[in-house]
Amino acid sequence: MTTDLRDVRALRGPSSPLVRFENVSASYGGPAVLEDIELELPRGGLIGIVGPSGAGKTTLLRAMVGQVPRLRGRVLVDDRDARSGNPARVGWVPQLETVDWDFPATVREVVLMGRWSRSPWRPWMTGGDRTEADRVRDRLGIGGLGARQIRELSGGQQQRVFLARALIADPVLLLLDEPTSGVDIRTRDEVLHLLADLNSQGVTIVLTTHELNSVAAHLPHVVCINRRVIAEGDPDEVFTAPILNATYAADLRVVRQDGSVLVADAAPHRLRDALRHQHDGYEHAHHEHDGMPHQHALHEHDGAAHEHLPSP
Amino acid sequence: MDLITEPLGYAFFRSGLAVSVLVGLLCGLIGVYVVLRHMSYIGHGLSHAVFGGAVVAYVASVDFYLGAGAWGFAAALIINWVSRRRRIGADAAIGIVTTASFALGVALISKTRSFTTNFEAALFGNILGVTLLDLAVVAVVTIAVSVFITLFYKQLLFMTFDPEVAPIFGMRTGRVDVLFALALAATIVASINVVGVTLIAATLIIPATTARLLTDSFGRMLILSALLGATAGAVGMYLSYWQDVSSGATIVLLEAAIFVLAFVWTSVGRHRSAWAAAPVEIVHGRPQVFDDL
Repeated sequence: MTTDLRDVRALRGPSSPLVRFENVSASYGGPAVLEDIELELPRGGLIGIVGPSGAGKTTLLRAMVGQVPRLRGRVLVDDRDARSGNPARVGWVPQLETVDWDFPATVREVVLMGRWSRSPWRPWMTGGDRTEADRVRDRLGIGGLGARQIRELSGGQQQRVFLARALIADPVLLLLDEPTSGVDIRTRDEVLHLLADLNSQGVTIVLTTHELNSVAAHLPHVVCINRRVIAEGDPDEVFTAPILNATYAADLRVVRQDGSVLVADAAPHRLRDALRHQHDGYEHAHHEHDGMPHQHALHEHDGAAHEHLPSP
Repeated sequence: MDLITEPLGYAFFRSGLAVSVLVGLLCGLIGVYVVLRHMSYIGHGLSHAVFGGAVVAYVASVDFYLGAGAWGFAAALIINWVSRRRRIGADAAIGIVTTASFALGVALISKTRSFTTNFEAALFGNILGVTLLDLAVVAVVTIAVSVFITLFYKQLLFMTFDPEVAPIFGMRTGRVDVLFALALAATIVASINVVGVTLIAATLIIPATTARLLTDSFGRMLILSALLGATAGAVGMYLSYWQDVSSGATIVLLEAAIFVLAFVWTSVGRHRSAWAAAPVEIVHGRPQVFDDL
């Protein structure tokens, strides 16, 4: 079901880095979210950033668009400082869970937002805007949905709308924050196919993900972070128990079979025992109540419920 | 016909009609952003803050519009700034800043007992007592806010829809936020003598919320909300004249009635389309709903 995006590698030769983090540390006013990041992301790459919650994945993306309030060091995108007044063209696709779906915006309006910084003072859209919006919507297979309100779309279509908004600015780099979070398996597969297509057309893509098996393991390049860069490279090489344990501070194991990598909890029986213990405890308590002081109340309740049941 | 022309023979009614239409239009426009930013309480809060500012202006012998305007603008900016802190939500920021400001006004009134009656108009509105200056101020603010919304249409829309992402796409959100706070404060100061502190929140929220029920397009919502506000202002003034009821309250009640109608209309419409859109096929005695999306 899931696309193997690693085939995209075969289309590329060696390339210069598009993004360079030079000794970057970042925070939002509290403790550091990123520390001493030295990282190069290849031009034309399809790269996944993985790590536990709070590891700094989204901050790493925000640093590439100069949107981290306290940042030390330098982030260069296409040889331009991300915080300069003239940053490189970067497209951003937010987490779908953060979007206000009740907002009165049509697909056409949302897609066109990606082009608004070119003419912020002109309140109306031009013929050129319309043509460009139609072109990018057609490219992503949402050509006929321009007048639809964004809530009326399926998960895959909604993701395409925000991809279209990012792509209409013709970016050199596309950043996606958890693009498969909260979507079903079919939509996830659809999104990954789409990203593979875009990447094969030359767009450099960086995405964050929590899904090691269903997303990250299929990407050509992953970066494991937990405030610092723990490891980076091909998931076949990077996804090892020591690296993942260092990244997640958890007891994980890696199973390799028929060329596939599967990351699993090293001690699943502990979790099962913990959950079953809870459940047994609940059952035990329930049985105790059946025969003890609460018996009367329970029977009263049962009787009342039965009175309302239809006869068989 | 006399129903419409007779009241127009009175100068106070003509001024009241003009000002209520303009205030309806103005609050309808700016209310769209207030509602969509989930800051509906800000109208209520800022009007209370402006009341505090008006009392301070009176005590300091400063012009009402100047004193209350500066006070309201400062309050809007502080709310904006405080709500950007991660630990404090916009609702809490509004509550703290505006009630403190209102409390200051009340404290000053209780200290200086001589001018309590002057502030009844500010609390409950006095459309029929508007002066030419009031009318001029409302007209200038309506024009200025309309120009601002037109010029900054794209930036305001992007920031309202997606405030975190708008700067990533090159929108200058800091500057526009300050201008929006200024526009909102000016709207409240200009409207406060007309509809009053206690009713201004309704004129900001009800037309915009009604318009949201009736359309899924932002541009249409903006136009519809302004039209609903202006129409309720005009019709409410006539109803108020013929029924001899407070003008501000009549306008707000009329807006609320329109909202109820729109709510019922759209709810019934949605039920119908839901039944029509979901084909139900009975398979082995169980209903199965097929979604073609």
